[in-house]
Amino acid sequence: MTIKVFNREKIVSKGIISELRKICSRILCHANVLGYSKDDQFAIHLALEEAVVNAVRHGNKQDTEKDVVIEYELSPEKIELWVTDQGGGFKLDDVADPRSGENIYKAGGRGVLLIKSYMNSVEYNKTGNSVHMTKLNSKPA
Amino acid sequence: MEQLKPRISVYYAQNATVVTLTDEKLLEDDDIKALEESIMPLVDDSRINLVIDFSNVQFLSSAVLGLLIRISKKISENKGRLKFCCINSKIFDIFKITRLDEIFEIYDDAKKALQSLK
Repeated sequence: MTIKVFNREKIVSKGIISELRKICSRILCHANVLGYSKDDQFAIHLALEEAVVNAVRHGNKQDTEKDVVIEYELSPEKIELWVTDQGGGFKLDDVADPRSGENIYKAGGRGVLLIKSYMNSVEYNKTGNSVHMTKLNSKPA
Repeated sequence: MEQLKPRISVYYAQNATVVTLTDEKLLEDDDIKALEESIMPLVDDSRINLVIDFSNVQFLSSAVLGLLIRISKKISENKGRLKFCCINSKIFDIFKITRLDEIFEIYDDAKKALQSLK
Protein backbone atom coordinates (compact mmCIF):
# COMPACT_ATOMS: atom_id res chain seq x y z
CA MET A 1 0.00 0.00 0.00
CA THR A 2 1.38 3.40 -0.91
CA ILE A 3 0.92 6.12 1.62
CA LYS A 4 0.82 9.50 0.01
CA VAL A 5 2.77 12.02 2.05
CA PHE A 6 1.15 15.38 1.69
CA ASN A 7 3.30 17.46 3.98
CA ARG A 8 6.78 16.90 5.30
CA GLU A 9 8.75 19.59 6.96
CA LYS A 10 11.60 20.06 9.41
CA ILE A 11 11.79 23.39 11.15
CA VAL A 12 14.65 24.54 13.34
CA SER A 13 13.67 27.36 15.63
CA LYS A 14 15.13 29.20 18.57
CA GLY A 15 13.51 27.97 21.77
CA ILE A 16 10.94 30.73 22.05
CA ILE A 17 7.57 29.25 22.92
CA SER A 18 5.53 31.87 21.06
CA GLU A 19 7.47 31.18 17.86
CA LEU A 20 7.17 27.45 18.28
CA ARG A 21 3.41 27.81 18.73
CA LYS A 22 3.20 29.45 15.31
CA ILE A 23 4.77 26.34 13.84
CA CYS A 24 2.26 24.20 15.75
CA SER A 25 -0.60 26.30 14.37
CA ARG A 26 0.66 25.74 10.84
CA ILE A 27 0.79 21.99 11.38
CA LEU A 28 -2.76 22.04 12.73
CA CYS A 29 -3.92 23.99 9.66
CA HIS A 30 -2.47 21.31 7.41
CA ALA A 31 -4.19 18.61 9.48
CA ASN A 32 -7.48 20.50 9.19
CA VAL A 33 -7.10 20.75 5.40
CA LEU A 34 -6.52 16.99 5.25
CA GLY A 35 -9.79 16.40 7.05
CA TYR A 36 -8.58 15.38 10.50
CA SER A 37 -11.51 15.65 12.93
CA LYS A 38 -11.76 18.35 15.57
CA ASP A 39 -11.07 15.71 18.21
CA ASP A 40 -7.91 14.60 16.39
CA GLN A 41 -6.80 18.21 15.99
CA PHE A 42 -7.38 18.78 19.71
CA ALA A 43 -5.20 15.75 20.49
CA ILE A 44 -2.42 16.85 18.13
CA HIS A 45 -2.58 20.40 19.49
CA LEU A 46 -2.33 19.30 23.11
CA ALA A 47 0.48 16.80 22.54
CA LEU A 48 2.49 19.32 20.52
CA GLU A 49 1.94 22.03 23.10
CA GLU A 50 3.12 19.79 25.94
CA ALA A 51 6.11 18.51 23.94
CA VAL A 52 7.21 22.00 22.94
CA VAL A 53 6.88 23.39 26.46
CA ASN A 54 8.85 20.42 27.82
CA ALA A 55 11.55 20.98 25.20
CA VAL A 56 11.93 24.65 26.09
CA ARG A 57 11.49 24.50 29.86
CA HIS A 58 13.05 21.18 30.79
CA GLY A 59 15.17 20.28 27.80
CA ASN A 60 16.74 23.63 26.96
CA LYS A 61 16.32 24.98 30.52
CA GLN A 62 14.63 28.11 29.18
CA ASP A 63 17.73 29.08 27.18
CA THR A 64 16.14 30.79 24.17
CA GLU A 65 19.42 30.60 22.27
CA LYS A 66 19.12 26.84 22.15
CA ASP A 67 17.18 25.35 19.28
CA VAL A 68 14.04 23.28 19.20
CA VAL A 69 13.49 21.21 16.08
CA ILE A 70 9.96 20.31 15.05
CA GLU A 71 9.64 17.79 12.26
CA TYR A 72 6.42 16.36 10.94
CA GLU A 73 5.15 14.04 8.27
CA LEU A 74 1.46 14.35 7.51
CA SER A 75 -0.68 12.09 5.37
CA PRO A 76 -4.42 11.43 5.23
CA GLU A 77 -3.80 8.33 7.35
CA LYS A 78 -1.58 9.66 10.12
CA ILE A 79 0.65 12.40 11.40
CA GLU A 80 4.11 11.76 12.79
CA LEU A 81 5.78 14.43 14.85
CA TRP A 82 9.30 14.78 16.22
CA VAL A 83 10.20 17.44 18.78
CA THR A 84 13.89 17.66 19.65
CA ASP A 85 15.71 19.97 22.04
CA GLN A 86 19.39 20.61 22.66
CA GLY A 87 19.36 19.49 26.26
CA GLY A 88 21.02 16.54 27.88
CA GLY A 89 17.83 14.51 27.87
CA PHE A 90 16.00 12.68 30.60
CA LYS A 91 15.00 9.17 31.58
CA LEU A 92 11.34 8.41 31.17
CA ASP A 93 11.49 6.10 34.19
CA ASP A 94 12.49 9.06 36.34
CA VAL A 95 9.24 10.85 35.61
CA ALA A 96 6.87 10.28 38.51
CA ASP A 97 3.28 9.30 37.80
CA PRO A 98 1.36 12.55 38.41
CA ARG A 99 -1.78 10.59 39.28
CA SER A 100 -0.40 8.70 42.24
CA GLY A 101 -0.16 9.64 45.88
CA GLU A 102 0.96 13.13 46.71
CA ASN A 103 1.98 13.79 43.09
CA ILE A 104 -1.63 14.51 42.26
CA TYR A 105 -1.37 17.70 44.34
CA LYS A 106 1.77 18.90 42.58
CA ALA A 107 1.47 21.83 40.18
CA GLY A 108 3.52 20.21 37.39
CA GLY A 109 4.56 16.91 35.89
CA ARG A 110 1.56 16.07 33.69
CA GLY A 111 2.98 16.82 30.24
CA VAL A 112 4.32 13.36 29.41
CA LEU A 113 1.14 11.70 30.66
CA LEU A 114 -1.00 13.88 28.42
CA ILE A 115 1.24 13.28 25.40
CA LYS A 116 0.98 9.51 25.90
CA SER A 117 -2.78 9.70 26.45
CA TYR A 118 -3.56 11.66 23.30
CA MET A 119 -1.15 10.09 20.81
CA ASN A 120 -1.41 6.57 19.38
CA SER A 121 2.29 6.01 19.96
CA VAL A 122 5.06 7.91 21.74
CA GLU A 123 8.76 7.11 21.77
CA TYR A 124 11.70 8.95 23.25
CA ASN A 125 15.18 8.56 21.82
CA LYS A 126 17.93 7.00 23.92
CA THR A 127 19.23 10.36 25.14
CA GLY A 128 15.76 11.56 26.02
CA ASN A 129 15.96 14.86 24.18
CA SER A 130 13.70 13.89 21.30
CA VAL A 131 10.13 12.63 21.26
CA HIS A 132 8.48 10.89 18.30
CA MET A 133 4.67 10.97 18.40
CA THR A 134 2.16 9.41 16.03
CA LYS A 135 -1.55 10.14 15.73
CA LEU A 136 -3.71 8.12 13.39
CA ASN A 137 -6.51 9.89 11.60
CA SER A 138 -9.56 8.52 13.36
CA LYS A 139 -11.69 9.09 10.26
CA PRO A 140 -9.55 8.66 7.16
CA ALA A 141 -11.25 9.28 3.83
CA MET B 1 -3.34 52.79 24.38
CA GLU B 2 -3.62 49.03 23.95
CA GLN B 3 -6.92 47.76 25.27
CA LEU B 4 -6.43 45.04 27.83
CA LYS B 5 -8.70 42.07 27.44
CA PRO B 6 -10.23 41.00 30.75
CA ARG B 7 -9.23 37.47 31.68
CA ILE B 8 -12.17 36.86 33.95
CA SER B 9 -15.57 38.20 34.71
CA VAL B 10 -16.70 38.13 38.32
CA TYR B 11 -20.02 38.19 40.03
CA TYR B 12 -20.94 37.65 43.63
CA ALA B 13 -23.66 35.19 44.48
CA GLN B 14 -25.21 34.76 47.91
CA ASN B 15 -22.56 32.47 49.27
CA ALA B 16 -19.76 32.53 46.72
CA THR B 17 -17.75 34.41 44.16
CA VAL B 18 -18.25 33.16 40.61
CA VAL B 19 -15.35 33.67 38.23
CA THR B 20 -15.93 33.03 34.53
CA LEU B 21 -12.79 32.50 32.47
CA THR B 22 -13.13 34.59 29.32
CA ASP B 23 -10.33 33.16 27.14
CA GLU B 24 -11.09 30.29 24.77
CA LYS B 25 -7.54 29.03 24.79
CA LEU B 26 -5.48 28.94 27.95
CA LEU B 27 -1.92 28.17 27.16
CA GLU B 28 0.27 31.26 26.73
CA ASP B 29 2.50 31.92 29.72
CA ASP B 30 1.24 35.49 29.74
CA ASP B 31 -2.36 34.32 29.75
CA ILE B 32 -1.78 32.04 32.68
CA LYS B 33 0.18 34.66 34.58
CA ALA B 34 -2.54 37.24 33.93
CA LEU B 35 -5.18 34.77 35.07
CA GLU B 36 -3.25 34.08 38.24
CA GLU B 37 -2.93 37.80 38.89
CA SER B 38 -6.67 38.20 38.38
CA ILE B 39 -7.79 35.33 40.60
CA MET B 40 -5.22 35.20 43.41
CA PRO B 41 -6.17 38.58 44.92
CA LEU B 42 -9.70 37.25 45.27
CA VAL B 43 -8.57 34.27 47.31
CA ASP B 44 -5.62 35.68 49.23
CA ASP B 45 -5.98 36.55 52.91
CA SER B 46 -9.62 35.71 53.39
CA ARG B 47 -11.94 32.77 53.49
CA ILE B 48 -13.74 32.54 50.16
CA ASN B 49 -16.02 30.16 48.34
CA LEU B 50 -15.08 30.26 44.67
CA VAL B 51 -16.80 28.84 41.63
CA ILE B 52 -14.77 28.85 38.40
CA ASP B 53 -16.89 28.74 35.27
CA PHE B 54 -15.16 27.17 32.25
CA SER B 55 -17.97 27.69 29.71
CA ASN B 56 -15.76 29.73 27.34
CA VAL B 57 -12.74 27.46 27.57
CA GLN B 58 -12.10 25.30 24.50
CA PHE B 59 -8.47 24.40 25.11
CA LEU B 60 -6.09 24.32 28.04
CA SER B 61 -2.68 22.87 28.74
CA SER B 62 -1.19 21.20 31.79
CA ALA B 63 0.21 24.55 32.91
CA VAL B 64 -3.35 25.68 33.61
CA LEU B 65 -3.94 22.58 35.72
CA GLY B 66 -0.97 23.64 37.80
CA LEU B 67 -2.51 27.05 38.33
CA LEU B 68 -5.81 25.49 39.39
CA ILE B 69 -3.99 23.40 41.97
CA ARG B 70 -2.22 26.49 43.33
CA ILE B 71 -5.57 28.28 43.58
CA SER B 72 -7.08 25.26 45.29
CA LYS B 73 -4.29 25.16 47.87
CA LYS B 74 -4.66 28.86 48.63
CA ILE B 75 -8.42 28.57 49.09
CA SER B 76 -7.99 25.52 51.29
CA GLU B 77 -5.41 27.32 53.46
CA ASN B 78 -7.99 30.03 54.06
CA LYS B 79 -10.67 27.42 54.86
CA GLY B 80 -12.70 28.24 51.76
CA ARG B 81 -14.19 25.95 49.13
CA LEU B 82 -13.60 25.67 45.40
CA LYS B 83 -15.94 24.34 42.73
CA PHE B 84 -15.71 24.15 38.95
CA CYS B 85 -18.55 24.20 36.46
CA CYS B 86 -19.44 24.16 32.75
CA ILE B 87 -16.43 22.13 31.64
CA ASN B 88 -16.92 20.73 28.14
CA SER B 89 -16.27 17.07 27.41
CA LYS B 90 -12.86 17.56 25.76
CA ILE B 91 -11.55 19.58 28.69
CA PHE B 92 -13.14 17.20 31.17
CA ASP B 93 -11.22 14.34 29.54
CA ILE B 94 -8.00 16.13 30.51
CA PHE B 95 -9.20 16.24 34.11
CA LYS B 96 -10.11 12.54 33.97
CA ILE B 97 -6.81 11.45 32.43
CA THR B 98 -4.87 13.31 35.11
CA ARG B 99 -7.35 12.15 37.81
CA LEU B 100 -7.93 15.73 38.81
CA ASP B 101 -11.65 15.05 38.51
CA GLU B 102 -11.15 13.15 41.78
CA ILE B 103 -9.78 16.11 43.70
CA PHE B 104 -11.77 18.93 42.15
CA GLU B 105 -15.54 19.11 42.49
CA ILE B 106 -17.01 19.67 39.03
CA TYR B 107 -20.62 20.56 38.25
CA ASP B 108 -22.66 20.90 35.07
CA ASP B 109 -23.57 24.51 35.71
CA ALA B 110 -23.02 27.38 38.10
CA LYS B 111 -26.40 26.90 39.78
CA LYS B 112 -25.54 23.37 40.87
CA ALA B 113 -22.07 24.46 41.96
CA LEU B 114 -23.55 27.23 44.09
CA GLN B 115 -26.16 24.92 45.55
CA SER B 116 -23.43 22.56 46.68
CA LEU B 117 -21.98 25.39 48.76
CA LYS B 118 -25.13 25.82 50.85
